[in-house]
Amino acid sequence: MSMKKISKNQPVNFEFNEENKILSKKIISNYPTGRQKSAVMALLYIAQRQNNNWIPLSAMKYIANFLNISYIKVYEVATFYSMYNLAPVGKYFIQVCTTTPCMIRGAYKLVEACREKISKEENKISFTSDCSWMEVECLGACVNAPMVQINEDYYEDLSKEKMIKILDKINKDEKIYPGSYRGRKNSEPENGRKTLIKN
Amino acid sequence: MLKIKVNDTEIEVEDGLTVLQACEQAGAEIPRFCYHEKLSIAGNCRMCLVEMEKSPKPIASCAMPVTNGMNIKTNTPLVEKARKGVMEFLLANHPLDCPVCDQGGECDLQDQSMFYGIDKSRYKENKRYVPEKYMGPLIKTQMTRCIHCTRCIRFAEEIAGIDELGAIGRGEEMQITTYLEKSMQSELSANVIDLCPVGALTSKPYVFEARPWELKKTETIDVMDAIGSNIRVDTYGWEVKRVLPRINEEINEEWISDKTRYSCDGLKKQRIDTPLIKENNIYKKIEWEKALNIVAEKIKNTLPEKIAGLTGDLTNMETLFIVKEFFEKTIKSKNLDCRAENTYVNTENRKNYIFNTPLNKIEESDLILLIGTNPRFEGTILNLRILKAYRKNKTKIYSFGDIGELTYPYEVIENKTDIIKKIIEEKHNLSEIIKNAKKPIIILGQSVLKIKSSKYIFNEFKRFLEKNNKINNDWQSLNIFSNNASTVGAYDLDLINPDNSENFTLKSIKNNEFDIIFLFGQDNLKFIKKNEFIIYVGSHGDKGAEFADLVLPGSAYTEQDGYFTNLEGKIQKAYKASYPPGEAKEDWKIVNELANLIKRKKLFNDKNELNESMINYLKSKKVKVSRNSEKNEFVSEEILVEDIDYYYSNVISRASTTMTQCRNEKLNLKKNGTEG
Amino acid sequence: MLEDKDRIFKNLYNDFGIDVTSSKNRGDWLDTKVLISKGRDWIINEIKSSELRGRGGAGFPTGLKWSFAPKEVGSRPHYLVINADESEPGTCKDRDILRFEPHKLIEGCLIAAYAVQAHVCYIYIRGEYFNEGQILQEAINQAYKNKLIGKNSCDSGWDLDIFIHYGAGAYICGEETALLESLEGNKGQPRLKPPFPALVGLYGCPTIVNNVETIAVVPTILRKGSKWFASIGKPKNTGTKIFCISGNVNNPCNVEEEMGISLKDLIATHAGGVIGGWDNLQAVIPGGSSMPLLPKNICETIKMDFDSLVENKSGLGTAGIVVINKDQDIIKCMARIARFYKHESCGQCTPCREGSGWMWRMLERMAKGEASREEVDMLMDVTKQIEGHTICAFGEGSAWPVQGLLRHFKKELIKRNNFNPLIKKNKNVPYLIDQHLLEEDNVKN
Ligand SMILES: Cc1cc2nc3c(=O)[nH]c(=O)nc-3n(C[C@H](O)[C@H](O)[C@H](O)COP(=O)(O)O)c2cc1C
Ligand code: SF4
Ligand code: FES
Repeated sequence: MSMKKISKNQPVNFEFNEENKILSKKIISNYPTGRQKSAVMALLYIAQRQNNNWIPLSAMKYIANFLNISYIKVYEVATFYSMYNLAPVGKYFIQVCTTTPCMIRGAYKLVEACREKISKEENKISFTSDCSWMEVECLGACVNAPMVQINEDYYEDLSKEKMIKILDKINKDEKIYPGSYRGRKNSEPENGRKTLIKN
Repeated sequence: MLKIKVNDTEIEVEDGLTVLQACEQAGAEIPRFCYHEKLSIAGNCRMCLVEMEKSPKPIASCAMPVTNGMNIKTNTPLVEKARKGVMEFLLANHPLDCPVCDQGGECDLQDQSMFYGIDKSRYKENKRYVPEKYMGPLIKTQMTRCIHCTRCIRFAEEIAGIDELGAIGRGEEMQITTYLEKSMQSELSANVIDLCPVGALTSKPYVFEARPWELKKTETIDVMDAIGSNIRVDTYGWEVKRVLPRINEEINEEWISDKTRYSCDGLKKQRIDTPLIKENNIYKKIEWEKALNIVAEKIKNTLPEKIAGLTGDLTNMETLFIVKEFFEKTIKSKNLDCRAENTYVNTENRKNYIFNTPLNKIEESDLILLIGTNPRFEGTILNLRILKAYRKNKTKIYSFGDIGELTYPYEVIENKTDIIKKIIEEKHNLSEIIKNAKKPIIILGQSVLKIKSSKYIFNEFKRFLEKNNKINNDWQSLNIFSNNASTVGAYDLDLINPDNSENFTLKSIKNNEFDIIFLFGQDNLKFIKKNEFIIYVGSHGDKGAEFADLVLPGSAYTEQDGYFTNLEGKIQKAYKASYPPGEAKEDWKIVNELANLIKRKKLFNDKNELNESMINYLKSKKVKVSRNSEKNEFVSEEILVEDIDYYYSNVISRASTTMTQCRNEKLNLKKNGTEG
Repeated sequence: MLEDKDRIFKNLYNDFGIDVTSSKNRGDWLDTKVLISKGRDWIINEIKSSELRGRGGAGFPTGLKWSFAPKEVGSRPHYLVINADESEPGTCKDRDILRFEPHKLIEGCLIAAYAVQAHVCYIYIRGEYFNEGQILQEAINQAYKNKLIGKNSCDSGWDLDIFIHYGAGAYICGEETALLESLEGNKGQPRLKPPFPALVGLYGCPTIVNNVETIAVVPTILRKGSKWFASIGKPKNTGTKIFCISGNVNNPCNVEEEMGISLKDLIATHAGGVIGGWDNLQAVIPGGSSMPLLPKNICETIKMDFDSLVENKSGLGTAGIVVINKDQDIIKCMARIARFYKHESCGQCTPCREGSGWMWRMLERMAKGEASREEVDMLMDVTKQIEGHTICAFGEGSAWPVQGLLRHFKKELIKRNNFNPLIKKNKNVPYLIDQHLLEEDNVKN
């Protein structure tokens, strides 16, 4: 994993909005007293959602103070886990799984689609739409390979053509639907499954 | 005791050891990088792998506790292979820049690769590059060399108590850094340089100065505070190149403060290297003989009562003693003191002015009361011990007044003498807390000894503690925290007014009652000069010399042998590591020659005689009669902890460029509000 | 083939809905109180005699693990932690349990928590499974509402709180001690063992960590009896198992089958066979990416259970089966897996941090045929230098797949990387400064 790029343009201040303050307190209460540090991952995630899907440095400081832990500890956590974005990403943030199970079912064709439709390089917000993509490691939907994650949803059983269709819709800001793009039910075997038929 | 086998020999070891420690007791050397006695166990370098019976994999000996009947092998082909493998990995991405690395010659990686390294690199890929990290004016980084042992991180968090280093990123991209590359805040920061087993963290001020084998090493002690840290001074010719810690478990373990380590460039700056005389407000060079003659003449023509002397904060005991002899025998004046301020001290008994709890017992304490002191800046090493107590026992710590970040949490009590009175009179809940504590520690700092109620506070608090059996043979709870290297030695040698508490010499100086004033390395005197003739004997052109009409160049602590007694009352000797510059002389010699000139007789024939005489004086000291009947006046007042300009606390550090840089860095951080 | 009546996860494909009511219709939460009232020892013994082994990868006997929890609760509370980090390439079974059978998991949590005397259970879900987490949270809320968990859960007298903790993209957090670190709000770097989590785990307290599938099958085992479970499969490798069949098969899918089913059957029956036919099979990774691959000849006969696979120098792992056919470049496939491990190494200990990148870079070159003959052997050395020398089992996980490749496809590697940098002594070649270093004769002695 290469070191994450930290955005050059940083907002000076960050504060949770009221709703997120309540949510954060609730999450902290899930852990024993004095163990509020456990909530750091959740709080970083909340900050990321509040701030257009990326975490500014001021948010890390804010969270450190919120939890009464040192800045460096928050910084360590934010750089360790791959889901925290430390620089802006697109409104549609597309993560293409390219690990072996997806790769052998054509994941790199999906990458091609992204290069053609979004940007040549990873992590570059496209000029034509608010959209960026990156390659990621196994997303845990291998039997539905190849697949991508767009924001929180999984788009499964794709092919280059289907990916291009999805990207075209995104470029027009049209609604897209998650799930299998071959029309099967979740992870069932297609073409006449042999199990769980009687009940 | 547990029985284990190491390489087929049976040994008995204590319970609670790790396999690595046990192997060492059995005489089997185990290579290691991440393991360090004083730090928590990380077990991440994997260099210390050994074979353990019944375990299919080799185990990390640094992290494995010994259990009875273990059978350990450290010399099998399996172990050898494991170590070679780890070594190859460590070297794979390590740059081949030993010839330009300051760690060269004292690098663990270099040493161990001689044993376990493979002669030819099999790593054909491009080596990893890691960008440098800014960590402040003291620490130079070369992060490509880092082997990720995390010693530095663990030190910052566990020992220095400021969690400011971390490893960001993950996998092979993991990098050690401070938060957004801010300079380190801790006054102990530079210890990470010693801890870093490779050349990733090296000394910035010492960069490319010398190779270790070219340096002369002198084992001595430090005078930047009253702790008496044990140090090694490395010199190249005349110059002090660097100061390193020496291990003394009772005092500084193996740490020293940044001031102790880096003030040494102040030994080269602002030095007085020739006698000087002030004529029309301009200093002129003057020969030694002439200078001494001027002093002798002046003394002969002045009444002894009109002559006074003050000694300084870095003055060694021999100088103190000969000055005392000089005043008593040569001049016959009683106006000599070591205090540049009106500090209360009760010299009836040595226990009244030393830090009675041994430094290495502080960690046993369950209650610590800070009265008028900021231990972080007044004695960083002592502060580290308090942190240790906190870490070990969750020790409750109270401070009179908010004194800022101390690296551990403490409860603030209102900084009023009235509260102390209430405690003593058992009208405050702290009275109970103190009574219930098994090993309480009460620390009286210099700030509280300067207020009007100081005498009351000291004597009544002591009585309170004695009454409640908190001062006994097993535990001494009352402590005076001296800040200067010379203080306790000077009290031991009685360089104070005979009638104790009030500093009459100082009072008379301030009232301009004297004609001649000697300042022996005294740079902290605050008064308005009138017609006095002031003679300054010392090493640096600082505040003391500024006053002076005549300046006699003396030596710094690295340039003469001399005893110092630390705040706990431990007497230790500082050794001469280099020479004073130019025409400067050792302090005691200057006084001796002056005596010779005045009385035609030297006070001592040589340094040995001086030493012996001084030791005899100390040995024959008697406990003075107690005047406890005296009334201790109480005044309702505030206890304000003086702001200490940590990096500028004495002449040497004020002359040091490095200390100036550190100070500026702190000021900048404060200004930008980016602190913490 | 397993009969449908013996399948535990009836809603694996979400044919029936996931709310409490439909779950109850499928048999969940049926007399949970009665099960609990039989006592801790009975539960642990039942699980022991069912011979259930952990479904998280290591295959540790679950009953035995539970019995490691201290008998008496001392000053430190006990914790139950569910490992739903599922990040092993080739594995996506827990996802379906989380989203379609959440009540099986929650009920399992209650029973397991009671068995190990925990009042708090954390479910650590990988951050990417955001939607799955939301579904599970909804199920937890319903369970609270129906008094199935919470104070006096199911009227059993046992109090249990369940909280979800999201990961944020780190495979290593599946390793149980790294998971605990992550739960405590740190980087997911595995801890040194001993001490083991059962004694010193989350917040320094006794903690039992189990996989989602392990816990989700517990209620059914207790209801149908350990004998029933043990009768499926073979001794020590009992029960049913969700297999994830991905890669070059016609119908990739998740399917619950009998432990010990033959791989060939499994692929043929449920996954519609290998793309291009069985003869087009090149290799199979039988248990998630950490397990060494098996070449076609072994695949002909191999049975999918823990012990049979270990006998063949592989492992059942998570039962994530990745089928690779002959259209694929096997070296590239493994290089990509090596890249995964390089990306996911936590960076804590030396062999893994330095070795994972090294293996990946070599494999990348080998895929392109840019490595020398020597390096093929050296690659094996590197894997051996990692294996067994690291803090956690990630080291093995990264070394084994490469070893598998070297074991079964060395010929392929050598064929592609056969150039020899050593120069034969040749008087006609003008003298090069370093020639003596390169000459074969000099190297040999
Ligand atoms: C690198 C690594 C990754 C792992 N990832 C997972 C995982 O994603 N899910 C899981 O349940 N177990 C995972 N494990 C196994 C766990 O450490 C642990 O053995 C398991 O959660 C125990 O549960 P079980 O006994 O129910 O199998 C992983 C182990 C290692 C070494
Ligand atoms: S900088 Fe030095 S002490 Fe710190 S982790 Fe790297 S090698 Fe260890
Ligand atoms: S010394 Fe034991 S692993 Fe580093």
